[in-house]
Amino acid sequence: MKNNRKLRLTKTSRTNFLTYLMVIVAFVVLNSMSNAGMLKSALQGQLVPICAYVTMALALNLTVGVLGELSLGHAGFMSVGAFAGAVAASAMRDAVAAEPVRLAIALVIGAAFAALAGVLVGIPVLRLNGDYLAIVTLAFGEIIKSIINNLYIGVDARGLHASFVQNTIALGDGGRMILSGPMGIPGVTKISTFTAGFILIMVTLVVIFNLVNSRSGRAIMALRDNRIAAESVGINVTKYKMMAFVTSAALAGAAGALFALGQNTIIASKFDFNQSILILVFVVLGGQGRMWGSIIAAAALTVLPELLREFADYRMLVYAIVLILVMLLTNNPTLKGFFEGLAAKVKKSEKGA
Amino acid sequence: MSNTIKREPTKLVPVPSRNKIPERDADKHPIMECRHLGIDFGGLTAVNDLDLAIGRTEIAGLIGPNGAGKTTVFNLLTKVYQPTRGTILLDGVDTHNMNTTQVNMAGIARTFQNIRLFSNLSVEDNVKLGLHNHIKYGMWQGIFRLPGYWKEEKKAHERALELLSIFDMQDLADAKAGSLPYGAQRRLEIVRALATEPKLLLLDEPAAGMNPSETAELMENIVKIRDTFNIAVLLIEHDMSLVMNICEGICVLDFGQTIAKGTPEEIQNNPEVIKAYLGGRKE
Repeated sequence: MKNNRKLRLTKTSRTNFLTYLMVIVAFVVLNSMSNAGMLKSALQGQLVPICAYVTMALALNLTVGVLGELSLGHAGFMSVGAFAGAVAASAMRDAVAAEPVRLAIALVIGAAFAALAGVLVGIPVLRLNGDYLAIVTLAFGEIIKSIINNLYIGVDARGLHASFVQNTIALGDGGRMILSGPMGIPGVTKISTFTAGFILIMVTLVVIFNLVNSRSGRAIMALRDNRIAAESVGINVTKYKMMAFVTSAALAGAAGALFALGQNTIIASKFDFNQSILILVFVVLGGQGRMWGSIIAAAALTVLPELLREFADYRMLVYAIVLILVMLLTNNPTLKGFFEGLAAKVKKSEKGA
Repeated sequence: MSNTIKREPTKLVPVPSRNKIPERDADKHPIMECRHLGIDFGGLTAVNDLDLAIGRTEIAGLIGPNGAGKTTVFNLLTKVYQPTRGTILLDGVDTHNMNTTQVNMAGIARTFQNIRLFSNLSVEDNVKLGLHNHIKYGMWQGIFRLPGYWKEEKKAHERALELLSIFDMQDLADAKAGSLPYGAQRRLEIVRALATEPKLLLLDEPAAGMNPSETAELMENIVKIRDTFNIAVLLIEHDMSLVMNICEGICVLDFGQTIAKGTPEEIQNNPEVIKAYLGGRKE
């Protein structure tokens, strides 16, 4: 009896377990294929970005699906994490020789800076609801882009120097510029690996699943379902909104750092409004609050444009059509009903057999 | 219309309002007391000059025709609305600077007229959310699954089932709250409110949509809850059999004004109340 009850309780845990399993299997398969040289070079180059975007989608799903607030500025947090992480990795180039250690530190720094940005944005923004919150986060994304476009950072023996005017940085002997405004960071040392990306996704999943299935996560979902009722049972609205938002921002920052350290050059205008929308598309397509959906959607939609490269001029067109078709297939009640009926029939025949 | 109602000078409902209330309450100050409470929405006065006192273990009723301002009173007591005038004392403490969350932590829990459950979460999670402030572990303990998480979650799980057993709902613990039948959703709201360990429980039309036998059962349960938890209950209800049977003190509102206060017998024979409910001759 007791055992039986436990089994019933684990419906969420089973979904979570399958999600972990899916990620692990995908990693093992892709990694062995990559080691055996069976992957196309285009796809090979996409492995790290896929991991970064999957993490981004998971992070945004925490805000959109679990907290229930629309954020249109998540590329902003990704950007903060990307530049903080890349600058940190570059500055530590001589101090920390081991690449994995340097990458780990860079990811943590990226997450920390993005979390800080999350707190700063969260203080005014989380008092707003619905559309207003979306508008302010959108503005935040643009502001971050402008700031980084005008930021110059150099390093020398005395440490880091930052300025908003190019020629005011006086670097000592052996000093070098890391970030030069609109030029971005030209010479990023690629230290991100597929394995690191996989570990980041797993850590993100652990953080999100464990957060959601705890006292704090329940409070966050309660805010989504019914804010007034949540207040009436003594849940501190600002605290839990902030908790979800900042956690989401930190994870986005780590994803940004991973992404940046897998590129040769990185510029601020990469993280624009389109990027925020793209990540939102991953979340909406995968299903709000459904983490495995976000993972599949992010991975598929990151690879798809590469696979469609052969169509060259029609690439974005086909991409759009595929998006619309998938949306229709997953959200059209008639089609959904059809597929559900089909699934039920399959199940029935399985039982009969 | 409003000038036809003669307002008596404010008089607090005596505590205890009927000899059913245990002796021990006789000398104690009321659990909740509001004085000259009022709120205006623009030019409209929704509630005016409400004086109310509720004993420590009293079951009190708030009745009145539709639109009388009963739910507004609940919203004032729980600070969903900030009162324009007057004071609310909860166990002797002025709730002036508190918000809804703080009022709940100070000891008022409520249910809603239009059910407000966390409908995508399980029944058990809904109760655990009521227990939120009594579960003692933080975000990091939750994320890293430290011993505190397991200990507190186990305690919360047991407590939630215990609370659900009041209404014999422990078997529904894993069901989604939104998928429950209407009556069960109403009962779950009461359980969730009780989980916050209130001193005063506000029930907004708990018997709405229930059949007579369900209402009779609910009546027993409200008395049982009062007796086991030793708390006060203030309820809004249109079902007069329920109100007259279990309420020890009743306050009648009409157009935001208090038109009568007293024991059920007094209320049943009050001409003002009869006029408000059935209409009266124009003078």
